[in-house]
Amino acid sequence: MTSRRQFLALIPAALAAGEVSAQLDPNIQALRAAALEAAVRKITGGKPVRPGKVKLQVPPLVDNGNTVPLSVSVDSPMTSADHVKAIHVLTEKNPQPYVVSAYLGPRAGRASIATRARIADTGRVIAIAQLSDGSFWSDTVSVVVTLSACLEDGLI
Amino acid sequence: MARVVVNVPASAKRGEVIEIRTLAGHAMETGFRRTQTGELIPRDIITQLVCTYNGVEVFRAELHPAMAANPLLTFTTVATESGTLELKWAGDNGYVATQSASITVV
Repeated sequence: MTSRRQFLALIPAALAAGEVSAQLDPNIQALRAAALEAAVRKITGGKPVRPGKVKLQVPPLVDNGNTVPLSVSVDSPMTSADHVKAIHVLTEKNPQPYVVSAYLGPRAGRASIATRARIADTGRVIAIAQLSDGSFWSDTVSVVVTLSACLEDGLI
Repeated sequence: MARVVVNVPASAKRGEVIEIRTLAGHAMETGFRRTQTGELIPRDIITQLVCTYNGVEVFRAELHPAMAANPLLTFTTVATESGTLELKWAGDNGYVATQSASITVV
């Protein structure tokens, strides 16, 4: 239990933290977009990413961004000649774009994964699949988040 | 102590695609949160999960701070032969957890 005296002692530190939020870059949107672009480029190595083949399932309206169930499945026969090598999940508004990278092979039998993610704010969620022939396919879903994850004090 | 749960069907037909569900008990501290006094809480997450089937790697995942606490991962593999599936998690601050499950292929 925090006493009144302890609470008052915390005020200077809280004010200092407030200054930190005031120092956040005003171009945070542009920085996040650049970080997402850099992450996609790192995954693909500059190759084009085409929409299709990938199916990303995320609830369109998320009450609690701390636990968002999501699943990715890719339309692939999963043979040794034609299979999915990797599935990457990225978000647009998180402090870092990466969520998870899964590496599969022909022994997976079916290219589908499911997990739970943290999503900081209303925005896009992107799944990118790398196929064994070197092509990249993606699916993008826009989600609305009412309670943000990661930063409870709204430093987004 | 690390607590992990793995769910694998006890038996499967040869060639059948089986689903493996894994859950690890971990707070997955992102490294972006602050304490009441404004100090940054250091990152402490699980960074990797590897699944081997009778010694052959069939699945690998890299986890990032944007994974929810108690990371759950579901994936599939083809039941090729009877044996064990071994799952190994690794993370920050020397976190290591292993769990194995046996499967009978008929």
